[in-house]
Amino acid sequence: MAVEATTPRELDPVARFEAVRADYLRYKRFYTVLFWVGFLACLALAIVQTGFDIFKIIEALPRSSSFIVKSYSALSWDNFWHDLKDWYWGFGKWFDALLVSLMMAFTATVVGTTVGGLLSFIASRNLAKNYWLYFVTRRILEIARTVPDIVWALIFIYPFGVGPLAGVLALIVHTTGAQGKLFSEVNENVDEKPIEGIRASGGDWFEEIRFAVVPQVLPNFISYTFWRLALNVQAATVMGFVSAGGIGYELITAIRLLYFLDVGAILLMVIGTVFLIDMASEKMRHYFIGKETLLH
Amino acid sequence: MTRGVEVLSAEQIREQRERYPRVFSMTLKQKVVRWTALILTVGFLLYMLDRLGFFSDRFYGNLGKLAVMFGQMFPPTTGGQFWDFVDAIGDTLGMALIGSLIGSIAALPLAFMAAKNFNPIRPLQFATRRFADVLRAADYMIWGLIFVRAMGLGPMPGILAIAIIDCGILVILFSEAIENIDRKQIEGVRASGGNRLEVIRFGVLPQVMPVLLTNALYMFESNTRAATILGIVGAGGIGFLLSDNLRAFEFSNACTIILMIIVVVYVIDYGSRKLRERYIRGDDYLQGDERARSLWSTWFKKFPPRES
Repeated sequence: MAVEATTPRELDPVARFEAVRADYLRYKRFYTVLFWVGFLACLALAIVQTGFDIFKIIEALPRSSSFIVKSYSALSWDNFWHDLKDWYWGFGKWFDALLVSLMMAFTATVVGTTVGGLLSFIASRNLAKNYWLYFVTRRILEIARTVPDIVWALIFIYPFGVGPLAGVLALIVHTTGAQGKLFSEVNENVDEKPIEGIRASGGDWFEEIRFAVVPQVLPNFISYTFWRLALNVQAATVMGFVSAGGIGYELITAIRLLYFLDVGAILLMVIGTVFLIDMASEKMRHYFIGKETLLH
Repeated sequence: MTRGVEVLSAEQIREQRERYPRVFSMTLKQKVVRWTALILTVGFLLYMLDRLGFFSDRFYGNLGKLAVMFGQMFPPTTGGQFWDFVDAIGDTLGMALIGSLIGSIAALPLAFMAAKNFNPIRPLQFATRRFADVLRAADYMIWGLIFVRAMGLGPMPGILAIAIIDCGILVILFSEAIENIDRKQIEGVRASGGNRLEVIRFGVLPQVMPVLLTNALYMFESNTRAATILGIVGAGGIGFLLSDNLRAFEFSNACTIILMIIVVVYVIDYGSRKLRERYIRGDDYLQGDERARSLWSTWFKKFPPRES
């Protein structure tokens, strides 16, 4: 220890310990202060930059809550079913839009996971045969992942026009990137011994992947896929905000035109759907993670 | 164990196959189930691809247009708006920081309410959890849009949207961390006469703090990504300029913005990962982080401790 070496030798052990301890405490205090000064400086900068004003929030809270109350004031107890029917006057239209959102999410998850999963074997350092191929694939996957899906949708709207095609393409690109990146990280943590076993018995690269890597990583892949499905459903509900298909278009129109009751009705459908998919996805993930622990 | 490889005769292989059929192939039932599932999935996928317009001329006919667009993106230009872009990026980062901070602070008491071992009132505990679920079920953009309607354009609605989602997710993560703590330390504090507050301060917080901080930092990363797009609905940040430029077909400007977003997200991810690693590893005084040590010793030489 640096401090121990500089502490005078003639001191008795207790004094030496106290000296080291004092140094340690000063060290800790230094970094605590450094962290807080840095953090508060960032926070102050952020407040100045964004013009953050807590009073604006307090002022706006009643307005926001009245917005929410107005969105759900269609129902009364004595006439519940009739009110419900009135409230959901556009159910058929909204339900179709919601189905389009769900289809976008499912398609994007399946296609994106397939493509990303295949690319992940090239993009993991321990499996890649060619360094440049690995490097380029990895960077492409990272870019596909880092650019948010809604930005991809804005990009795809120019060539493919408004509608679900641009939205689903955006989700596919983003899902490919995200799954490719996550899967390649899983691939990098596999046990090397089965790969060596396959190689020793004369298997080529594809056989190594198929019989040594895939059985190890499959439970993780499946678990990530269900997780991604839930995320994609949530993302697909807002694709319509940029006219890229799905329920989002109905929602943004209702909010822009201040049709509070429609906003409430659509939001309830969206939140309910996301909620259900989320729960189902979690159940499936636990089921498959359970299997994974059995395999080990 | 160390016998050499023995070559089995065809007879022996056949014998083994008969004895353990499931090792060599799936049963008929498994085969039927798998093939049906595969065919159904592929059929369903093809139907959906068709419904979404993949087999139409709209997709194939416009691939050329896509290539042209990507061509127009390069070289990236700024259109004289570079400092506007930087300003908007600053807004984005500020929104993410303030929103995450508010969300994390708000999540802490709610997490104790949502933890089974701290809230004896089961219905309240359940209700808190479902409330958090509702907060995070709507996307950032939905909350952003609602708050833009309530308080006008600018970073403020974005901050609120981020805070709400951050809070909803962190309540769940925090409360799970709180539920997984070790009872023994609490009993220790209680046995030495600590009251409820002291139990939380000395028995619970030291145990959950690393999980809380790493999760809060992780959410900050994810909020930075969200803050880059909230501007699309007018809730502040770089997203507004991005959608504006894309809608005006200024693809080379948009490319600059996208590159800036990628850089910022990378930097934030990297910094947050380093901070998380440092915090998980604990203080590195005794573990010898050379750079941390050398910064410390420069400081130490400049401001030597007063002799006592």
